[in-house]
Formats: sequence, structure tokens, C-alpha cells
Amino acid sequence: MAQASPSRNRPLSPHLQIWRWGPGMLSSILHRVSGVGATVGIFVALWWLGALVSGADAYAIFAKHASAWYGVVVLVGVSWAVIAHTITGIRHFVLDIGAGYELTRNNFWATVCTLLGFVLTAAFWAALLLR
Amino acid sequence: MGNGTSIGRVRGLGSAKAGSHHWLIIRYTAIGSLLLTVWFGVSLLLLPNFSYPAVHEWLSRPVPATLAALFVLINIWHARLGIQVVIEDYVHEDANKFASIALLNLVTFAAGAFGLFCVIRLALGGA
Repeated sequence: MAQASPSRNRPLSPHLQIWRWGPGMLSSILHRVSGVGATVGIFVALWWLGALVSGADAYAIFAKHASAWYGVVVLVGVSWAVIAHTITGIRHFVLDIGAGYELTRNNFWATVCTLLGFVLTAAFWAALLLR
Repeated sequence: MGNGTSIGRVRGLGSAKAGSHHWLIIRYTAIGSLLLTVWFGVSLLLLPNFSYPAVHEWLSRPVPATLAALFVLINIWHARLGIQVVIEDYVHEDANKFASIALLNLVTFAAGAFGLFCVIRLALGGA
């Protein structure tokens, strides 16, 4: 009986623990992680927007949570997610046109994009705090 | 689902036929998201501060309000497509997968409606 059912224990492709870690793999995993993180960021932005519409009192409540230590952790995390996802997303555009698959070039840009996510996040907060 | 003929055994096991469309829309929305996210990031840096009057004044202006509406919608759309891929990768049970996608659709429309309502209300001076 041909049936696509998980109960048939069809073979799975080798997963994370099988492969030797490489820059491309790390970049790909972080792209997914940061994509989910950026989705969390949408709801933070919606709360911000909702508080703005609800008036100064509601805005003060949002600002209180956003400036508390846990709020700062979330905001830094979300800003990294958005920036890193944008950078690795641009990497995906390049890969989508079929470029950048040679081993050394792929490793190089995967490393650069991963690092750039952290560097630009730090730069964003530096610009924000030092203005 | 037949088990008699060869075609009956394989029917329904191929691709869902909607994959390439999904793949393309993720890229198209990513282009819009890229432009609007750069606008949003630069705007945050250009705001004098994040006080209620400063942010309110900014988002009440026509062009920022328009871009904010697009920013909310394109990112919710793009996120909905991306989260669908994550769900399909990790939720294998058919019933759970269906429930997850259904919930995702509800949250998507609720978030989009809320975001759009907020931006319009702000821009038209209701709040």
C-alpha cells in the first residue's frame, strides 16, 4: 500500500550530527534561526505600533519593558536576527543565480556573511547609542 | 489510493505542484523586505529619540506611514512563507501539520490587519 506516512519509517537523510561543520552549513542554519527571530521581531514591532496608537500611557508601558534588561536582550536579539537574515538573504540571492558554489569561494562568503551579521548589529547599536 | 495498478500506487506521492510558486514569492517578497528594512533601520537611526511625541510625529507623516504599512505587510507575508517551510520541515504528523498551517494563516491575517489598522489610525489622526 503506497502511503506517505511517517509510521512506515522511511529512511531520513543524514542530519546535523552526521556532517562535519563548515561555514556554509553554519550560515544556512543561522539563516533559518534568524528568520524565526525576525518573525518574533514583527510582533515586537506590532506591540510598539499598537502602544503608539493606544496613547502615551500605553507607550510608557512598552518603553518600560523595552528598556528593562530582558527587553534589551530581546531587542538586541531581534536586531541581530533582522540584520543577519538580511545579509545571509543577500547571500542566497547570489547562490540562487548559480554563483558562488566553488568550495573556497563558498566558504569565504559564508564566513564573511555570518560575521557581518554580528558586526553590523554591533555597529547599529553603536550608532544608536552614540548619536 | 489504489494498490492495483502502477499509477495507482504512486499517485499523490509526487511534489505538491506549488513549490516553485512558493519559492519565487519568497524571493519577490524578500526584495521588497530588503528595501523597506533598510528604510526602517535608517529611520530608527535618524529619529532624534524614541519618545512618544518623536515617534508619533514621524509615523503620522504620509510617506513614513505609507512605507510603514508596506513594511508591516511585506514582512508578515515573507515571514508567513518562511515559517511555513519550517513547519513543513519539522512537523511530520499530517494532522499537526494541518493545524499548524491553519494557525499560521490565522496569525498572519490577524497580525496584518492589526498592523495596517494601527498605521492608518496613526496617519489619519485618530490617535
